[in-house]
Amino acid sequence: MSLTAQEVQWVAHLARLQLTEAELETMTRQLSAIVAYVDQLKQVNTDGVEPMAHALAIHNVFREDEAAPSLPAAEALANAPQRRGDFYRVPAVLD
Amino acid sequence: MLERTVTELSALLACREISAETLTHEFLQAIRQRDPQVRAFLHVDESGALEQARRVDVRRQRGEPLGPLAGVPVAIKDNLCVRGQPTTCASKMLQTYRPPYDAHVISRLRQADAVLIGRTNMDEFAMGSSTENSAFQITRNPWDLERIPGGSSGGSAAAVAAGEVPLALGSDTGGSIRQPAALCGIVGLKPSYGRVSRFGLVAFASSLDQIGPLSRDVTGAALLLDAIAGHDPRDSTSVNRPVPACRQTVEQPVRPLTLGIAREHFEAGLDAEVEQSVREALKVYESLGAKIAEIKLPHSKYAIAAYYLVATAEASSNLARYDGVHFGHRSTEHQDLIDMYCRSRGEGFGAEVKRRIMLGTYALSSGYKDAYYLKALKIRRLIHDDFAQAFTRCDAIVGPTSPTPAFKIGERITDPLAMYLADIYTISANLAGLPGISIPCGFTKTGLPIGLQILAAPFEEEKLLRIARLFERATDWHTRRPKLAELPGIHEPGR
Repeated sequence: MSLTAQEVQWVAHLARLQLTEAELETMTRQLSAIVAYVDQLKQVNTDGVEPMAHALAIHNVFREDEAAPSLPAAEALANAPQRRGDFYRVPAVLD
Repeated sequence: MLERTVTELSALLACREISAETLTHEFLQAIRQRDPQVRAFLHVDESGALEQARRVDVRRQRGEPLGPLAGVPVAIKDNLCVRGQPTTCASKMLQTYRPPYDAHVISRLRQADAVLIGRTNMDEFAMGSSTENSAFQITRNPWDLERIPGGSSGGSAAAVAAGEVPLALGSDTGGSIRQPAALCGIVGLKPSYGRVSRFGLVAFASSLDQIGPLSRDVTGAALLLDAIAGHDPRDSTSVNRPVPACRQTVEQPVRPLTLGIAREHFEAGLDAEVEQSVREALKVYESLGAKIAEIKLPHSKYAIAAYYLVATAEASSNLARYDGVHFGHRSTEHQDLIDMYCRSRGEGFGAEVKRRIMLGTYALSSGYKDAYYLKALKIRRLIHDDFAQAFTRCDAIVGPTSPTPAFKIGERITDPLAMYLADIYTISANLAGLPGISIPCGFTKTGLPIGLQILAAPFEEEKLLRIARLFERATDWHTRRPKLAELPGIHEPGR
């Protein structure tokens, strides 16, 4: 199946990705080809097959609820693109 | 010294024939001379490596007990966190990132007294099969500098093949250790899912990612696996079960031995020279007493389609963390918060990463999730069941690692689907959680290496390595070395 530029733009919005006009065009073409390829999965009858999200039978793993030191604020903030004091700085969320 | 195996180097270090400092100097010199052509390294930690080596020497002098990799240089793929060191994932997004902690495997290497010599190039966020998706530089195959080294652990594979380092760590989500190992003529092992902790591995697809060793020989891979394997409470998917001492048992042949071959591994798309080498390898095994059994993997033809839905869905979720707030690239121009996210991600990610985030987002989006993501998970179950069935009839499955030898730089970069097909034989092991190894099994007429892939049932690394070593001991493919000019070059990392 083929994707329209409009659909690709919507997916880009969901993914929080800014695409240039040229990227949008290439992406529409390439994603259409990839989606057409993966459409072959529809040939396989999977009635009654349990989806397998993980190679291991994963169960919840609990640990003792014990206090332990965590990353110091200065180290946690060391990679922040912008900060003010002990806070990450971001554009205003609310007016 | 550069041509010796890890076992030989360890023996020379142990009897003080050579100091760790001298050995590290030799490999640093090799990097300076060879890496300007190969460009496997993104960052070389000269002073740090020499300091670690000197510490090992002092402790040896004092007669202190030392770890199993004492004084042996190891290169680290650039998606494994090393405290305070650049860890870029070959992405502009993480160009300035310095992790505040060590990955579990790094802590284990430090405990083993290995020397961490530098960071290797990769496809951005481990997404690719040629290392061409690095934001910083193109790594070249040491056997032919016009060709790709494979990927995504192409820097690690090329560095080992070029004799710039005896051992390296890579990560394998769909073949990213085994395929570059095959294309560079070395040994690469993907452990069973859960065997090695992923704590500190920058996540691509969490249900598929696994860290593993690259080495010149099987014994070196066993030694490095032993050093990194085992339970870690910080990764809830790392399995709490006894770790075999693979290095101790690797010389023991497996008898009786039944090897499975699947017709699906020898169909259209397989290069004739690769097929010939693999069939000759099977004859070697037969001459060593192995029985060959035909097995069926009927759903393997759907593996690439299922993989690219599962892996991209997980990637779209994992990479949502790059929002320009906590770490990573932030766009300088933006109107509001959402615009800041979109611009930061648009500027920070390369083309393949964007493509995969988009495909994964699409596969998970409302109205498409059942048709794509859930369908792929069902196919994953069928692929897993095919293997479970096959392993009731054989000890391991043997076939080609990659359908072709190394292709030319630029040849597939504009055609994502053609690139994805490079992983056709390796991807299923990740979907099913199996351990898999690639070992050298021949060369094309033009001198390009060919890899043999061996897959075993989950957590049978020990048997897998013994089967691989059986072949290695009977052949000399792993002793061949590429001819590289020794340049008096000065290393210039890509950033």
